[in-house]
This record gives sequence, structure tokens and C-alpha cells, in this order.
Amino acid sequence: MARIDVNHIRHSYLPNPQKDSDFALKEVHHIFEDGGAYALLGPSGCGKTTLLNIISGLLYPSHGRLLFNGRDVTRLSTQERNIAQVFQFPVIYDTMTVYDNLAFPLRNRRVPEADIDRKVRETLDMIDLASMAKKKARGLTADQKQKISLGRGLVRSDVNAILFDEPLTVIDPHMKWVLRSQLKQLHRRFGYTMVYVTHDQTEALTFADRVVVMYDGEIVQIGTPAELFERPRHTFVGYFIGSPGMNVLPVALEGKTAMLGAQRIELPGVPKAGAGTVELGIRPEYVRLGREGMTVQVSKVEDVGRHKVVRANLEGREIAAVIGEDDEVPAEPKVRFDPAGINIYADSWRVEMGA
Amino acid sequence: MDKTWNNKAWFLVLPVLVLVAFSAVIPLMTVVNYSVQDTFGNNVFFWAGTEWFEELLHSDRFWEAMVRNLIFSFIILAIEVPLGIFIALNMPKKGWGVPVCLVLMALPLLIPWNVVGTIWQVFGRNDIGLLGYYINALGIDYNYVQDPFDAWVTVIIMDVWHWTSLVVLLCYAGLVSIPDAFYQAAKIDGASRWAVFRYIQLPKMQRVLLIAVLLRFMDSFMIYTEPFVVTGGGPGNSTTFLSIDLVKTALGQFDLGPAAAMSLVYFLIILLLSWVFYTVMTNYDAER
Repeated sequence: MARIDVNHIRHSYLPNPQKDSDFALKEVHHIFEDGGAYALLGPSGCGKTTLLNIISGLLYPSHGRLLFNGRDVTRLSTQERNIAQVFQFPVIYDTMTVYDNLAFPLRNRRVPEADIDRKVRETLDMIDLASMAKKKARGLTADQKQKISLGRGLVRSDVNAILFDEPLTVIDPHMKWVLRSQLKQLHRRFGYTMVYVTHDQTEALTFADRVVVMYDGEIVQIGTPAELFERPRHTFVGYFIGSPGMNVLPVALEGKTAMLGAQRIELPGVPKAGAGTVELGIRPEYVRLGREGMTVQVSKVEDVGRHKVVRANLEGREIAAVIGEDDEVPAEPKVRFDPAGINIYADSWRVEMGA
Repeated sequence: MDKTWNNKAWFLVLPVLVLVAFSAVIPLMTVVNYSVQDTFGNNVFFWAGTEWFEELLHSDRFWEAMVRNLIFSFIILAIEVPLGIFIALNMPKKGWGVPVCLVLMALPLLIPWNVVGTIWQVFGRNDIGLLGYYINALGIDYNYVQDPFDAWVTVIIMDVWHWTSLVVLLCYAGLVSIPDAFYQAAKIDGASRWAVFRYIQLPKMQRVLLIAVLLRFMDSFMIYTEPFVVTGGGPGNSTTFLSIDLVKTALGQFDLGPAAAMSLVYFLIILLLSWVFYTVMTNYDAER
């Protein structure tokens, strides 16, 4: 296991990058602590797979350095870095048995056959496929195949990190939960450094201790699931995490008050915002629908099972509110914003609020 | 349980039956018809029974042509399949080289059989041929008109030149269908170049290879035009393959009966061998 130090890494797929927009990764500077479970979360094309491939050595970065436990590995090949990677689509050697699939990385490294046997059997137990050892790998289901890809990483006792590139994309929904909890268990038992790339927020939030949110080639926030939910540092994090995403409304500031059109919203403190666009962000969970507050026109109520999502119009802006499954929308609906859930953004970045 | 009978279905199948009857069954039946009769011209036929078949199966000339043909097919398969795989593995996977290679590879396949024959007939001549002249100039005695070995070498090289591309293109299609993740996973697993070939590329090429082997076998077993143009089956009978022999019998000597019997036997052999190839290769696939 290793601490992975991503040191000012930039990457471009173009031969001569000039502008910032030429870079798929603008600049990433971050330390993945030894034994941590990280998720890289972001929309397609935000650079998360690029970052993963730079860590695994399938790509060399245009600028910057990569350190494993303080040792520079930027120019080392994938083999020399000793990492494991699980890909989006299960990669198995389909002419081999399950057992041989797991033994393959060890045989390639000329490990003695007795050690191989011991390690493979241990791994088969870990991934719950012991009964399948003699089966041809091609006959297995997608989730079993994905476990084999994982097993080929686990079987090497000295891997520095296990990287996952959207590994659950082709897995049936009910198996996703099973696999994800097995992954968590493996992480707790053996303390692997795991980096998990996904564009699915549920996957990221349930898998990781810390979620790294990427947007347009940059890391916009790193935090625990709760932090990302309560205090999104960037409006993008607000939109992207949560279902539905955060309401972001343009406001004008007057001391401790935010003016949304004709409406006055009391803030918990004075925001330290300079010039530029000021926006107020509030999650639908903190929008209270009732008989007092600002008048809204309700356009739609979506019943999503555990709760209802109310789509309404406030001062010409679309907002969403979450109400309980049994709650009713009042005849003359009004909304209030819970001060605990209010964040103020200046030019898309969150600003602190003073007393 | 009662079966549902609906004879209207026959009307739907009928057009195909008629088409197949006119294109395959009826012509084949005329051959069957000839094969059991004898004629002395004037459209007068006599019943001959299995006489032609017996004669054929006891004819040295037929068996010699057959053995020659089998050896020929075996040699060109042994050269073209490995060579085709090798070239396909080394072809570029992206960039401007791809269309260039594909066009170069497709060129020999686009040339008509008899033109290929003519090209090599001239190319190999030791008086004016570019190849034949210079080989002789190097002091190697090469003359495909007189030396059976030289004739074989010429015919085999010609076939390799003409048809290796087919194997290459089929294998290449199999190779480019392998997702990048497989190669990346192999890198991570520390696989050698040979292991990548053995456990990733070869299994993925297996189906197209089956098609390549079948096509090349059937084609080479039926080869006619190119050796006919280059050597005319000679020197002596040394490059007389089955179909050349057949044409000599049917058109050269106008022995319709023996030629028809030979056609049928020939047809059955190809059918049988193709079936054996197919069964062996697909069973092997299913077992694994």
C-alpha cells in the first residue's frame, strides 16, 4: 500500500498545448493518503479517467510529478508501479479458468507455483468465487467477471493501490449494491488504497471516505459525503450532488440580507463577497413549503417514493423543494429558506459568512 | 399435443425452392444424369451405371491429382495462415498508416485470377521475366517450364501473393475489435508479448481464423485458373490439380460421363473436408 502524491500534474492529449482549454487535466495537486478509499466523481469528460490512467501509468502526464510513498514514479511503466486496475468492462482471459485468470499476474512475475496456489486460493475466498475455480471464465456473469478483474489485483500482495474505472457500469442494479459493499469490506479488512472513478454520485458517496469532485479538468472540492452535501464549495458541486441538485438563485447583497427580486432573505451572517456575480444556493431539502414566506407558483409535484419533489416558480426562477411523502402542497403555497442550508457564492465559488 | 398444420407456409418457401432448384439442383442433376450414361455423340446416350465411378476410383491419374492438390492446399495453408497473422499483428491500429495498409493489402484480392496467372507467367519467365531473369543471373537455375520443383515454387508463391491478404484482412478485423482495456489489463498483469498474443489476441481471432482457413482450403482445393495460365498443369502432369484434370477430361477429351462422375466425387470431397474442418474447429471452441 502506498500514499499517492499527485504533484502539480497537468495533462494534454495535444502535442503542443498552449491555452488552458488544451488541457484535459488543468492542474491537479492532491495527496491520496495510504489506505484511503477515494472516489473521483465528475461528469463525463471532466478528466477523471485521465487522472486515473496517469496514476496507473497507462498515460504519462505532460507536466508534474507522481510520487508513491515519496518515490518519483512519473516515468515508470505500469508493471514497475505495481498497481491494480479494474476497468469499465470486465477484462478476463476467456480461454482460461477462473483459477488461471487469478494466477496469471503471478505467473507472469515468475512467482513459485506453491505460493501462487496459496495466494490464488486466498483471493478466491476473498472475492467469494472459490466454488467457481475450475470453471471457464467466459461462462460467468458480468459481476463475477468484474470480481475476477478485481481478484487479479488482489492476488498480488504488494500492490500499491487498486484503481477502479467506473467498474459497475455493466452490472445489474441489485448486484451493484452487493459488489459495492463487498468492496467496502475488502477495504476495511485489508486497508488497500483505493481510487474509484465514477459519474454516479450514489456510488461515490457510499463507497468513499473522501470524494474528489472534478469538473472541467480541475478538482473543485474534496470532502466527506456530508461536507459535499452541506457546504458545496462550487455551484457545480451543488448541482451535481444531490437529487434534485441545489437551487442556485442570483441575488443582490445588502449586509445580512439577500435580495431575490422583490423578496428579502435573511442570511445567517454577512457574506464576505466582493464584486462579481453573487448567487444564493440552497438544497431542496432546506426549502420549507408552507403558509408563510415567499409566494411561489407550484408547477409540478413528483412523487419519487420516499418523498415528493415540488417544482415551483419563485420570482421567475425555477426552484425545487423536497417535502415528506405524506405532506400536501398548501392552497396558497409559500416557501421559506432554512438559514442552516444557505450558501452564498461569488463567481461560482462559495464565500464564508461572518457574524 | 396436436400439431398445427398450415400448408399455406409452403407458398412462402416456394420462391426460394424454385430459385435453388434452377440455380443448383437442376444443373447438379444433369451432372448426375451424365455420370451414369455413356455417349458416342449425336445425343445418343446409353446406360452405364456405376462404370464411370469405378473407373475413376481405380484411376491413378485421379488419385495423383488429388494427392497433389492436398499437398498444395496444405502447403499454402501452412504458409498463408501464420504469415497472415504475423502481418495483421504488425499492421498499424490507427493513424494514416491504416488506410494505406488496407489498400495495399486489398490490391492483390482485386486482380482477376487469370490476370494474376498472366502476371506470374511473365514475371517468372527466364528470358524476359523480371524475377526469372534475375534469379538465373544470380546463378540459380530456375525454370518453371521445365523443372517440376520450380513450377511448384512458382505456383505456391503466386498463391501466397494472391491470397495472404485475405487472411490478413480477416485477422486484422478480429484484432481491431479487441478493446484497449484488454491490453491495459495485460500490462498491469505484467504479461509478456507472447502471453498477450496467446491469451488475448489469438482467442479473439479464432472465429475469423476459422473462416479464413475454410475459405482458403476450399479455394485452394478448387484452384484452376492461375496454375492453368502459368504452367498449364505441367511440366508433365506435375502441377495438374483436380480441377485442371477435370477440365482436361470434360472439354479436352469431351468424355462427359467420366468428367461428370469426377465432378460429383470432387464435390463430395470438398463438402466432406469442409465439414470436418468446421466440426473440428467449432468443437474445439465449445470444449474450452
